Amino acid sequence: MKPAAFDYVRAEHLDEALDALKKDGGDARIIAGGQSLMAMLNMRLARPKTLIDIMRLKDLARIERKGSSIMIGAGVRQAALLAWPDLRASLPLVALALPWTGHVQTRSRGTVCGSIAHADPSAELPLMLQALGGEVHLRNAKKRRRVAAKEFFAGMMATTRADDELIEAVSLPVIEKRCAFREVARRHGDFAIVACAAVATDNGVRLAVGGVADMPAIRDLPRLEGSALDDALNAFAYELDARDDVHATARYRRDLVRMIGRDLVREVLQ
Amino acid sequence: MSRLQAKHRHDVRFTLNGKPCAGEAEPRLLLTDFLRHRIGVTGTHVGCEHGVCGACTIDIDGQPARACLTLAVQIDGCELRTVESLAPAAGRLGVLQAAFKRNHALQCGFCTAGILMSLDTFLREHPQPDEEKIRDVLSGHLCRCTGYAPIVRAALEAAAELADQNREKTDA
Repeated sequence: MKPAAFDYVRAEHLDEALDALKKDGGDARIIAGGQSLMAMLNMRLARPKTLIDIMRLKDLARIERKGSSIMIGAGVRQAALLAWPDLRASLPLVALALPWTGHVQTRSRGTVCGSIAHADPSAELPLMLQALGGEVHLRNAKKRRRVAAKEFFAGMMATTRADDELIEAVSLPVIEKRCAFREVARRHGDFAIVACAAVATDNGVRLAVGGVADMPAIRDLPRLEGSALDDALNAFAYELDARDDVHATARYRRDLVRMIGRDLVREVLQ
Repeated sequence: MSRLQAKHRHDVRFTLNGKPCAGEAEPRLLLTDFLRHRIGVTGTHVGCEHGVCGACTIDIDGQPARACLTLAVQIDGCELRTVESLAPAAGRLGVLQAAFKRNHALQCGFCTAGILMSLDTFLREHPQPDEEKIRDVLSGHLCRCTGYAPIVRAALEAAAELADQNREKTDA
C-alpha cells in the first residue's frame, strides 16, 4: 500500500510540465490534487516513472466566464468551485452535484479537471461534463485541442487524451433551464451506486446516468408521461448494461435508474 | 522547475503546529509516513491508505486533508496542523478533546485523531454548526466503535463552549 518509486517534477511554468510530458509520455502522470491518483499509486494500480505536479501553476487555478461557458482551470480544487460565488447562478446542476463529490476532506485538495481525467464511471464531475455537454481543453507541447464530452470518455477510467497531453481546463455551458440531480451511495460522498442528472431541453429532457455503464451515459427524451415515460426509462436502464458487483446488483441499479430517472424527469418538466 | 530523483531524499520545509520544521523524503514517501517516521509525530494514524477511512486527516493550509493521499514532497512550504496541536499543554485537553472524553465519543481511539482534526478545522470556519453539517463532516470518517451519535453530541457541545469563550473574549 505504498507507491512504487517515481521522479517528482515540480513544474513552475506550464511549458515545463508539457516538456516533461513530451519526454516521458505514457510513463508520466500529471498530479494535481491527487485524490484519485494517489489511491491508484498506493494500490500500485498506476506505476508511473515520473509524476508532474502542476499545482504551482497559478494560471491554471482560475474560474472564468468565457462567452456562454465557464472555464475551470486544471488547478481549480473542488472546494474552490463549490465556494465560487457565481456557482449557483451559472452552473446550478454542478451546485447540486458537487457536494456529493467525495467528502469535505477530499474536495479540499481534489480538482475538478483531475476527477474528469480519472474518468471513474461513478464520479459526479464526469457526469456533469456529459450532462451539460461540456468540453475538455487539451494541450501538448505543440498545440491545443478541444474535445466534446461525448468524444472524451472512452471507457472505464479511459479517455481519448493522448499520452503527451494534459487537461488545461474544462468548460461547462451556462444553462438557465431547469435541472435536477440525485444520487444513491452507501455513504454520502462515497462513489455512487447510481447518480442521475436531468436537464430540461427545448423539447424534453436530457437524462444523464453515472455508476451503471463503464462511462457516464446520456439520453435525450421527448416530453413523456405515465407508461410511455416508464417504457423509455426501462429501455435506457437495460441499454446501460449494468453489472453485479460488491456494491449492488445489476437489477438494483436498473431499478434505481427507473425510479430516480422518473422523479428527475418529472421534476424538471413540471 | 525541479526534478526530484526517485532514489534520493529531498529537503521538505514546512510549518508544523506553528513551528518551522524540516525533514528529508524520497518522492514516493507518503505524508503519513513522513510525519510518523521521519518527523516523529505519531498522533496522525494510518488506516486504509486510500483516502476512505479518514484516520490520517490533518489540516493542510487551513483545510482538512488526507495525509495518506498526499506526498511529503507536495507539502514543501505549507502550514500543517496535526492532532498534537490541540492540547494546550502536556496533560491537558483542548475543548474539543474534553468534549470527546465527556461524551464517550471514542472507544478504541484509532479514528479519533482524524475526526478531531476535521472537526477542529470545521469549527474554526463554522462556529455555529447544526447537526446536519456536523454529520456531513463526519461522513468523511469511519468509526467502528461509537455509532457516531456521541461524536455528534461532543462536536455540538464543543461548538457551544467555543462560542461562549469567544463571546467572553469579545465582551472583555
